[in-house]
Amino acid sequence: MAGTRQGRDPSAGGAIGTQAESLGAVARAHLGRVVAALTRELGDFDLAEESAQEALLVALESWPRDGTPDRPDAWLVTVARRRAIDRLRRAARGRRKLDELRLEAERAPPGAPDDTLEVVFLCCHPALSREAQVALTLRVVCGLSAAEIARAFLVPETTVAQRILRAKRKIAQAGLPLRRPAPEELPARLREVLTVVYLLFNEGHLATAGTRPERPDLAEDAEWLAGLLAELMPEEPEVLGLLALIRLHRARVPARFGPTGELVLLRNQDRSRWDRDAIERAGVLVARALRMGRPGPYQIEAAIAASHAEAPSWEETRWAEIVLLYDRLLALSDTPVIRLNRAIALRHVQGPRAALGEVDRLARALSGYHLFHAARAELLRELGRQDEARAADERALALAGNVSERRLLERRLANTRETPDRRRGLGSR
Amino acid sequence: MRYMLLFCGSEEDRRAFEAMSEDELRARYGEVAAWFAANEQRIQSTAQLQPREAATTVRFPPQGEPLVTDGPFLEGREDIGGYATIDVADFDAALGMARSWPGRGKVEIRPLVER
Repeated sequence: MAGTRQGRDPSAGGAIGTQAESLGAVARAHLGRVVAALTRELGDFDLAEESAQEALLVALESWPRDGTPDRPDAWLVTVARRRAIDRLRRAARGRRKLDELRLEAERAPPGAPDDTLEVVFLCCHPALSREAQVALTLRVVCGLSAAEIARAFLVPETTVAQRILRAKRKIAQAGLPLRRPAPEELPARLREVLTVVYLLFNEGHLATAGTRPERPDLAEDAEWLAGLLAELMPEEPEVLGLLALIRLHRARVPARFGPTGELVLLRNQDRSRWDRDAIERAGVLVARALRMGRPGPYQIEAAIAASHAEAPSWEETRWAEIVLLYDRLLALSDTPVIRLNRAIALRHVQGPRAALGEVDRLARALSGYHLFHAARAELLRELGRQDEARAADERALALAGNVSERRLLERRLANTRETPDRRRGLGSR
Repeated sequence: MRYMLLFCGSEEDRRAFEAMSEDELRARYGEVAAWFAANEQRIQSTAQLQPREAATTVRFPPQGEPLVTDGPFLEGREDIGGYATIDVADFDAALGMARSWPGRGKVEIRPLVER
């Protein structure tokens, strides 16, 4: 359950539902644009953001009582501007600024939805640390409070508040601009944004630590963000690829956990519980992205996920196609984790011996990665090397942080103790 | 906005520089000169520093006279080889300049305090 916050189509403009409105919904629909408009007017991102957040709280109180205004964005900007002026009046330095700005009661209304995009690019500016990018994006674009972000990442709230504060100070001191990147900057800047969204999704989809296996809030925020980006940059195939990838994973969520909360591996999942409509739509999205002729890692990962999702069963998966897709992925970004995943697919094309050879070659790079040991254990078990398989599973368990993965590994170890030749696997999710 | 670009490098960077052949050096100097020419309008002042061995540091203890010591204040293996103060539209312009710096090593971008 996604808590109290609610998803919202960013294209749906103004009015929000009468009773169902929540801070999250209002924030998603308006916050980015309001922050952009005020930042432009005040020349101060921090002041704009604080004032916009205050205006959201005012809206949450007044809209259900008085009705949603005709132009919610303009309403929010007006309220936020008043708050900003109050703040400036209170500060000596601000009074001078106020004179300089000569703020009028009514100024330009918030601009196009594009404004939100500029805020996203600012929040994900490469001059900010990854942690700051993530916290700032969740705060300023998704409207999460510092407390919510802290809960999602299992860090103290003061840590998140500090991160946001420091990031905003850097934006002001270093003069990071609110603007859309120039065409020659766009590929690198977009990669930065997509990395943040993907990180949010991964953290939400399979939490790295803590007692809950998944954090649907973050996965949902990530899908919303990717959807927003896809709408604002429909000609960027990697954006579409990431959105499709997230949707394909989320379409399989109902089958991902067993009755006792253990992770159910892809091969053992009840495929009738997958969201077939979502899978089909995501497949169309991947195809559209690939037709643009600018392949990238997210598109290929989405194509791999689509191939898995479209297979009627584990056995009938088009493994040769998946291995080829991994080859293409490796050509774009050669990382040990991608090589590991390719080896797991290779098992079904060339057998466990060839796959183990590939996996063992990654020992140095991946010795601290639990899935490396889990995949090795599976292959070793298939080859009848039980003792080595157990040792590898134990190593995986010692390294695994996610509670569902731990439960699966524990069960696998218990099973092999009872029936030494039983074959179970931990290959792909 | 005004920034200072600090052209920095480690001992490894310096060794790599010293290992360059004459042709490579000439090519590198050409690239650096072209960079300065291309950014002439934005650069307010610039200088190359003598190596850290030439540095002298004056320290102010809580009490007593200032202490003069041989060597740089910055510890470790990193050194500042030169700087340029620039005046550009925004941070991204400064970042673009730093990214295109042909001198390798590292470039630190520091905003200047505007009064």
